[in-house]
Amino acid sequence: MLEIKGLTAGIDGKEILKGIDLVVPQGEVHAIMGPNGSGKSTLSYVLSGRDGYEVTGGSATFEGKDLLDMEPEARAAAGLFLAFQYPVELPGVGNANFLRTALNAIRRARGESELDAVQFLKLARAETKRLAMPDDMLKRNVNVGFSGGEKKRNEVLQMAILRPKLAILDETDSGLDIDALKIVADGVNTLRGPDFSALVITHYQRLLDHIVPDRVHVLSAGRIIRSGGPELALELEAHGYAAVVAEAA
Amino acid sequence: MNAPAQPIAATALSRQAASFLSRFEGLRGRLVGPAFVREQAAEILRQGGLPGPREEAWHFTNLRPLADVVFHEPLTPVADCARLMALVPAIEGPRLVFVDGRFRDDLSIVPEGIAVRVGTPSYGALARPASERLVALNCMLAEDGATIEVPDGRDAGTLMLVSLGSDTEGRPVAFHPRHSVKLGAGASLTLIEVAVGEGVYLHNPVIEAVVAQDATLVHLRLQDEAAGAFHLSTVYADIAARGTYDSFALTLGARLARMEVHARLGGAGAAAHLNAAQLLGGSQHADFTTVVSHDAPNCASRQTVKNVLTGHSRGVFQGRIEVARIAQKTDGYQMNQALLLSPDAEIDSKPQLEIYADDVKCSHGATVGELDADQLFYLRSRGIADPEARSMLVRAFLAEALDPIAHEPTRLAMEQAIEGWWQRHPA
Repeated sequence: MLEIKGLTAGIDGKEILKGIDLVVPQGEVHAIMGPNGSGKSTLSYVLSGRDGYEVTGGSATFEGKDLLDMEPEARAAAGLFLAFQYPVELPGVGNANFLRTALNAIRRARGESELDAVQFLKLARAETKRLAMPDDMLKRNVNVGFSGGEKKRNEVLQMAILRPKLAILDETDSGLDIDALKIVADGVNTLRGPDFSALVITHYQRLLDHIVPDRVHVLSAGRIIRSGGPELALELEAHGYAAVVAEAA
Repeated sequence: MNAPAQPIAATALSRQAASFLSRFEGLRGRLVGPAFVREQAAEILRQGGLPGPREEAWHFTNLRPLADVVFHEPLTPVADCARLMALVPAIEGPRLVFVDGRFRDDLSIVPEGIAVRVGTPSYGALARPASERLVALNCMLAEDGATIEVPDGRDAGTLMLVSLGSDTEGRPVAFHPRHSVKLGAGASLTLIEVAVGEGVYLHNPVIEAVVAQDATLVHLRLQDEAAGAFHLSTVYADIAARGTYDSFALTLGARLARMEVHARLGGAGAAAHLNAAQLLGGSQHADFTTVVSHDAPNCASRQTVKNVLTGHSRGVFQGRIEVARIAQKTDGYQMNQALLLSPDAEIDSKPQLEIYADDVKCSHGATVGELDADQLFYLRSRGIADPEARSMLVRAFLAEALDPIAHEPTRLAMEQAIEGWWQRHPA
């Protein structure tokens, strides 16, 4: 599914990723954990194609296709989804209109028929209900006036509607209280299956109590220094990053 | 010592003024309506010529391109108007259609419940040809116009006022329609003004609107003139106590455009909304100039002007708010926002506040920016292709101006016209 080899990248001439090797097979959920400044967000932006990041070496392929050569919209059409750490506000853009435009763009790219407003609303209402989101969140402008928790739920709503093959969750747990965290985790868990993979990027272990990963990778100073099963997250929680980093050095 | 040389622009413009004056000499005997108005206007033009770039009110908008065109008198009525009518958005309801400034009965649908007269220019008492010399030009050469009167207490619904400029092969025409709108006490009307056309022409209309107490005039304006056209319009609105003049002007067309609006809040509790959006591309130049005079207490004025500029286009907003000593508790607000989609586009913004009362609330502001890179990436990361994402963000920018348009068919027509603009100027 996702295969990253020797990926080096940076911003403003500063190298942040210093050779990432990572494989996320189809149907698996992997977690990337690491201290602040280890390159977690850079990795998610490089994979989703944000401007300003320069890839200096290595490769990233998605279902065999060169991901780094694709425009952000083409990556989304291919089945990649980034849940933003800081979801962007779009004043003047209605949430329902935004979601339907995105869904239909992706459906067009997949060769599927577009949904009309009625079909879309039916789908969207079912998903908002499942995510315990108030109905009016579809009517409001995208993320405008949303609380931190609502913004994160809106990310999961988009994911649920767009049905990606691979989701990258960039610190989706930050700013969430425990109830919202459970709702968000449930939203991800219901998508889990043989056709869904995820890369869960997080600083803390608590999200991984609810989204139990198949593999955990520790990112430090732009490199993956250790990989293991879900128990690795618990070890990090117990001993801290410093111990793992020191051990790897 | 020699006198300083006249700037070239002024010379060329004075030649153009002279050619308008000589047209007047030729037509004088045949023009209908009060002769003294025309003679007075002609004298103003003889003395002052057309406004030039050295005048403060015309600092940002140079009429020089107007001087390069030889304008002619519109010929006999254009026979086939089907193609021109196809440019007019399909909005149901009564409409008054003018082709090259002349009323066309065959294309119009006369309203009920409104007194409408056509066939002569409708000179009112609000225009000031001495200070606005394009209005003097209009006064001098106006041939036709509509007099629209809504009786006291009547809700007159909608009325479209349509101007079609025709392409008379190699013979650019100039026309100066002169309209007046009068709303009785407690009356209401939504006036939908549409200006479209083909080829090269000068459209120089003047509208005088009198809004009596408790009356509401909603004035929705779509300027989508031909790419080679000149649109120079002036509106005077006089609003009595608790009356409202609620206008929104969308500028999309013409190579050179200026909309000038003079609104006077003359009775306590009156309100004026002078909102506008200008979407310009290529080498278009458009100017939205307003003067709001608060002449009574407790009045409110609101102006939100949005500019979307691509290519080498230039947008201008000049907004002047005058608050007389008597106009206590004035609430004035002015905001000019520009989205520059190209490094070569330019916006000029000139707010002016002139306040003689001491208990007022007046604010103005201006913002200039590009499309937000984070917003664009967010949309694209959701699969929305770059051009569509840009279009969505531009619409979002305009939403604040378009959403308040209560008359849905007009709002949809304006959104469609914006879509057409977007096809012509992909950014």
